[in-house]
Amino acid sequence: MPTTASSAHVLSDVAASDSTLRRFLHGLPGVDAVGLEARAASLGTRSIKTTAKAYAIDLAISMVDLTTLEGADTPGKVRALGAKAVHPDPTDRTTPTTAAVCVYPDMVAVAKEAVAGSGVKVASVATAFPAGRAALDVKLADVREAVAAGADEIDMVIDRGAFLAGRYLKVYDEIVAVKEACGTSARLKVIFETGELSTYDNIRRASWLGMLAGADFIKTSTGKVAVNATPANTLLMLEAVRDFRAQTGVQVGVKPAGGIRTSKDAIKFLVLVNETAGADWLDNHWFRFGASSLLNDLLMQRQKLATGRYSGPDYVTVD
Amino acid sequence: MAFEYAPAPESRAIVDIAPSYGLFIDGEFVESSGGELNKTVSPATEEVLAEYTQATAEDVDRAVKAARKAFEKWSALPGSERAKYLFRIARIIQERSRELAVLETLDNGKPIKETRDADLPLVAAHFFYYAGWADKLDHAGFGANPRPLGVAGQVIPWNFPLLMLAWKIAPALATGNTVVLKPAETTPLSALFFADICRQAGLPKGVVNIVTGDGRTGAALVAHPDVNKVAFTGSTAVGKEIARTVAGTAKKLTLELGGKGANIVFDDAPLDQAVEGIVNGIFFNQGQVCCAGSRLLVQESVQEELLDALKRRLSTLRLGDPLDKNTDIGAINSAEQLARITALAERGEAEGAERWSPACELPASGYWFAPTLFTNVTQAHTIAREEIFGPVLSVLTFRTPDEAVAKANNTQYGLSAGIWSEKGSRILAVANKLRAGVVWSNTFNKFDPTSPFGGYKESGFGREGGRHGLEAYLDV
Repeated sequence: MPTTASSAHVLSDVAASDSTLRRFLHGLPGVDAVGLEARAASLGTRSIKTTAKAYAIDLAISMVDLTTLEGADTPGKVRALGAKAVHPDPTDRTTPTTAAVCVYPDMVAVAKEAVAGSGVKVASVATAFPAGRAALDVKLADVREAVAAGADEIDMVIDRGAFLAGRYLKVYDEIVAVKEACGTSARLKVIFETGELSTYDNIRRASWLGMLAGADFIKTSTGKVAVNATPANTLLMLEAVRDFRAQTGVQVGVKPAGGIRTSKDAIKFLVLVNETAGADWLDNHWFRFGASSLLNDLLMQRQKLATGRYSGPDYVTVD
Repeated sequence: MAFEYAPAPESRAIVDIAPSYGLFIDGEFVESSGGELNKTVSPATEEVLAEYTQATAEDVDRAVKAARKAFEKWSALPGSERAKYLFRIARIIQERSRELAVLETLDNGKPIKETRDADLPLVAAHFFYYAGWADKLDHAGFGANPRPLGVAGQVIPWNFPLLMLAWKIAPALATGNTVVLKPAETTPLSALFFADICRQAGLPKGVVNIVTGDGRTGAALVAHPDVNKVAFTGSTAVGKEIARTVAGTAKKLTLELGGKGANIVFDDAPLDQAVEGIVNGIFFNQGQVCCAGSRLLVQESVQEELLDALKRRLSTLRLGDPLDKNTDIGAINSAEQLARITALAERGEAEGAERWSPACELPASGYWFAPTLFTNVTQAHTIAREEIFGPVLSVLTFRTPDEAVAKANNTQYGLSAGIWSEKGSRILAVANKLRAGVVWSNTFNKFDPTSPFGGYKESGFGREGGRHGLEAYLDV
């Protein structure tokens, strides 16, 4: 990975062809799996207590993309989700709002209305989520529908089949096309489905590929497969956005998604952000949690810090 | 607003330090014949933790006699019986590990994170490992029924007080020897607590004896005519003195001395992990590690990138109260050691190397030294040759693998080395050419009781750990 003054020029040419792109991505430094996981585990032993914990919990709440991605989603459920995003804890109005609600494209309009005026964003998983196995036209139509309905953010899945087959330019071109379909109104989150990419080297390559193609966020996973966000793959993506900014001046956000259920886990991720990418990423414009059950645990821990007592799951709302 | 971590200090209430300690001889804590007392202080605060006894030559003689007497019965026990005691000691160490971790941090100044997550698990693991060998010595590769040597006189350093004790005592007892051990003068407490563990485990009297004191005590122990085996870990200067003392006697000797380990980073290395390995190589235990990777040899083509990453990483290290669970860098063990590090770092500057440290506030009391790296270092610089034994990294560059090997081997030491590369064939080829007792690849400062440890040249001779570690305590 070059860091000389000419690197900006180098980067402008990497997507000239499949072979230049491959050469660039395969020229990135390798990832030693043992070392990466050891580093993630050691950051996981940071002891976050009292004021730091209170700060971290509020920060984590403000970073949640409150998500419902079920075939059985109804407008009523999405409205309830929107209400919860705006007032996560109705008994304590000092609780921050979540960053966004994340829904399927057909629910964007409902969600938009539910969070109107609150500052909570509406994100939509477009591009034939979660498999991404559809023609580009179909994916783009999906995106345009969501954007037209008012989506502030689009979460796209990459074509893992093309990526694993080494057809990086196809993946790149798709991201560029989706980014264009997002227009100027919606930010684009690119989902790699890291569990399917299988190696850390692939995750680093995918991260750079996404950023080169114009992603505003890089996101681990859909939450629909066995292995989703882990401390190690998130640490790796944080290194990628850090290095990308150092090289290009462009800052890209990170969103781990799936499997982060407890406050303790969320705080570990915030430590990763703090000590890897740095404080510039510690707000919800640059870091998000894709989660559905995390918020309630954060709220319960927040109540405990405020009252000194642990009230239990019936003291927070179920959806 | 930045994410500031609130203090997370481990409670010291779990450890009960007595105001004064005697010597542990023949299963009892006893007074010295001399009556001289020394003080041990907490390096982080300079607070006096306890007084301990300066053992005289007469005390050492008493301890050796006790060990000699105990040797008859202990060496005659079936291996499986000795194993029972060792397993029991290992389990007690695990049970008391939090207490011992806090104690070690107080007395040594290293972060609780390291005593809790590295030292104590390894201490227990060494006792478990050698307990497993005690009844299998016939199958260790030294012939049938190998015999113990007798009384082992062991002198250990202050950088890993309890771990070095375990490295010495566990194989000695497993093979049927008895022990007189002298801990370092700045860190005697964990050995005295270990004496209590021996009692708790019901270890027969006299099998383990602990004599505290400074170099005079060590010299008396090494010179004692009824000691059959001397094992020493510490500085090369003292090691040479010991070798002279032991020369011409029938005593067996093993020495684990200094080092100036090379950590070689090739341009195809996993850079982010290499940065972690460099940090772990030189800033683990404030660099007070004989196998520290104190010379970074980086391939010229990635030098700039790697140094940027390294400096950024050093800026995230947290220096301060060693009892805080979030502390990465603790205190330097003693005022004397701090003075040595300071002098060598100044020498580095005076000789023209470029010094860099992250912005870092040092506590007002105690012995502290900010993590430091030197660039523009050449083989001719003092800081590239002398062991600093502190958080000071010297950065050198190379262009070809041959040059890397030549520079790595160009040292009077030969204890450890590291290689960072994604290319397996290169790792094997380079590792074969390095004259070092331990060569780590894509990691650094990893220890395991099954793996032998020891050096070449002025780093000493003999091996500790693993099957090879048994040999030093057997008549083979």
